[in-house]
Amino acid sequence: MQRMLLLGDEAIAQGAIDAGISGIYAYPGTPSTEITEFIQKSKEAKVRGIRSEWSANEKTAMESALGMSYTGKRTIVCMKHVGLNVAADPFINAAITGANGGLIILSADDPSMHSSQNEQDSRFFGDFAMIPVLEPSNQQEAYDMVRYGFDLSEEQKIPVLLRITTRLAHSRSGVLRRDTKEQNQIRLPENPAQFILLPVIARKQYKVLLEKQNGFEKQSERSGFNQYFEAENRSLGIITCGLAYNYLMENYSEHEIPYPVLKIGQYPVPTKMVDKIYTDCDELLILEDGYPLLEKSIRGFLNKGKKIRGRLDGSLPRDGELNPNIVAVSLGLDDTIGEPVPEFVVGRPPSLCNGCSHNDAFLALNEALNMYTRGRVFSDIGCYTLSALKPLESINTCVDMGASITMAMGAADAGLIPAVAAIGDSTFTHSGMTGLLDAINNNSPITVIILDNATTGMTGGQKSSAFGKIESICIGLGVEEEHIRILKPLSKQHDNNVEAIKEELEYNGVSVLILRRECIQTLNKRMRTKHKAKQLEI
Amino acid sequence: MKKDIILAGVGGQGILSIAATIGMAAIELGLQLKQAEVHGMSQRGGDVQSHLRLSSKKIASDLIPKGKADLVISVEPMEALRYLPMLSKEGWLITNTNAFVNIPDYPELQEVLDRINATPNHIAIDADYIAKDIGSAKSSNIVILGASAPFLDIDPRNLENAIKNIFGNKGESVVQANIEAFNEGLKFALNNKCA
Repeated sequence: MQRMLLLGDEAIAQGAIDAGISGIYAYPGTPSTEITEFIQKSKEAKVRGIRSEWSANEKTAMESALGMSYTGKRTIVCMKHVGLNVAADPFINAAITGANGGLIILSADDPSMHSSQNEQDSRFFGDFAMIPVLEPSNQQEAYDMVRYGFDLSEEQKIPVLLRITTRLAHSRSGVLRRDTKEQNQIRLPENPAQFILLPVIARKQYKVLLEKQNGFEKQSERSGFNQYFEAENRSLGIITCGLAYNYLMENYSEHEIPYPVLKIGQYPVPTKMVDKIYTDCDELLILEDGYPLLEKSIRGFLNKGKKIRGRLDGSLPRDGELNPNIVAVSLGLDDTIGEPVPEFVVGRPPSLCNGCSHNDAFLALNEALNMYTRGRVFSDIGCYTLSALKPLESINTCVDMGASITMAMGAADAGLIPAVAAIGDSTFTHSGMTGLLDAINNNSPITVIILDNATTGMTGGQKSSAFGKIESICIGLGVEEEHIRILKPLSKQHDNNVEAIKEELEYNGVSVLILRRECIQTLNKRMRTKHKAKQLEI
Repeated sequence: MKKDIILAGVGGQGILSIAATIGMAAIELGLQLKQAEVHGMSQRGGDVQSHLRLSSKKIASDLIPKGKADLVISVEPMEALRYLPMLSKEGWLITNTNAFVNIPDYPELQEVLDRINATPNHIAIDADYIAKDIGSAKSSNIVILGASAPFLDIDPRNLENAIKNIFGNKGESVVQANIEAFNEGLKFALNNKCA
């Protein structure tokens, strides 16, 4: 068996290849991006004909995956946690249709919000959809759980949610590979109505889902990923999951924990195991990275039983990711912190790259808006969100993918005229197009700035679904052609750009300014590759 | 054997190349390894760090506990100080003395260097100067790797082999430049151990 050094994300990707997937569907999003990239670069995946192009957004990815599952083939769909909000409609309903070919939904949570606008916990979505959830605590488990998850999905005819967090996604360790499974053949669902959620059928399908619940729990009780470790000292029992388990072990030499430990890797929660640790021990400590899901359910509304410690009673911080020191303190052990950070050490927030086209774009926008009161720029998710920081301080909102155009529309409806939307090319095709259609049908006086750097920049330069299509999309949606203007954000074009933006700010309708210049990162990468190819020729 | 290493710098300064080189040498020696990296938004000119853990035994956590790092290796002096809470009392701080100034409120460099010099165990090295001196300005991160080598419990020859493997696809001249950078850093550290 081959041993590989893999990121958590890569372990999942390799696990999916080896489990016989026929396709992966995804929209880039930190910390999930590397899963799809690994498969795109994998020679094995190419030989096996695994499809791996980027989707326009998480909803289209989820639905495409469901379509592949319908045919009986295995597929994984990958997204960051907030992507699951975008895909929530097909996700929840896929639990009602059930799966045919194995279907895994991978959601990568980002506690501490390293690269996200919130730290929502995807396990709640799994609970909401009433489907099994798997949560690995290390790279090997991540690899193994993919195979296990596909088998579970096909056996129970249910989509399975695989939940990871940033630290696992972006941490590297040794992974032992297993054999590779052949892909499934096309085999349509035995019940031809399984995927038709007409109310009359959906009611039946929902009952089927409810009936499956007992089976899911039984599987949790006997799952190798839910482990009970006995110990002598029963003054405390610890329930833990994911990376929190590792932080717990880190605090004891030879990794020997003096208290009984229940490690949960598969949900629904194995109630009998929880009952045992609750009965055996005087009090419980719950260690979970993310929201206090286990803690809340075990405490219940009234919290009248034994003492349950965790994020809700202040034993651990209510927000942010855990680490070995936080866990140490919750166990009454010493915080081993070293010397303090000197006061003169200042923060170094991320910033736009030198030569970034967005910088020139926002310098022009700032100047064009000088004659108006401030607070008019509704922005979106991408590198350009960094323009909120000094020195540009150009934008006033950033909420979710696509919200720039629709929020600008709402503000214009309320009388804030002109209102500006600033959105990237990839974000525009992700979720901006439908909002633009609303604005056109509403004839809203908004100015939409599409920051077209020809890539999905923030996540590392993935292919943008918008590439080469933006003007025709805008025309198709009904933007008047004379109000679609293409500008080049360069300092030598600054005055022209300011004038053009000013003119469109004055227009009493929807105008779209496409500020187009390639991302400096992808440009440099392209030039290096070209240079290398030239050297090889010589 | 156990080495817990914090690698620090600014996005784009090449700390992942240092991590990859140490990691490859460790794997060759049959050690266990865990390496937590920073991807995504922070890579855009922000402060970045990597937790690299090597051990002959099973490693539990992907993150090093605070106050337990054996080494803080930094390619930027102020970034080195950001991780003082991670460094153990007996640990070594190995840092470049060249500031990377991409923020308006960067502190007085002398103040930064004074604090580094006040750390019990440290190597402060002008890696950019050394790299330029040997005609390979891009190799300053490998100079820092060389300066860290005496504290890694890994034979420098294993690290040299790893450099050959990692830079091999960039051609022989790049490999040689990095090996020279590595040895210059190593030589400096051996001559300047301030303990």
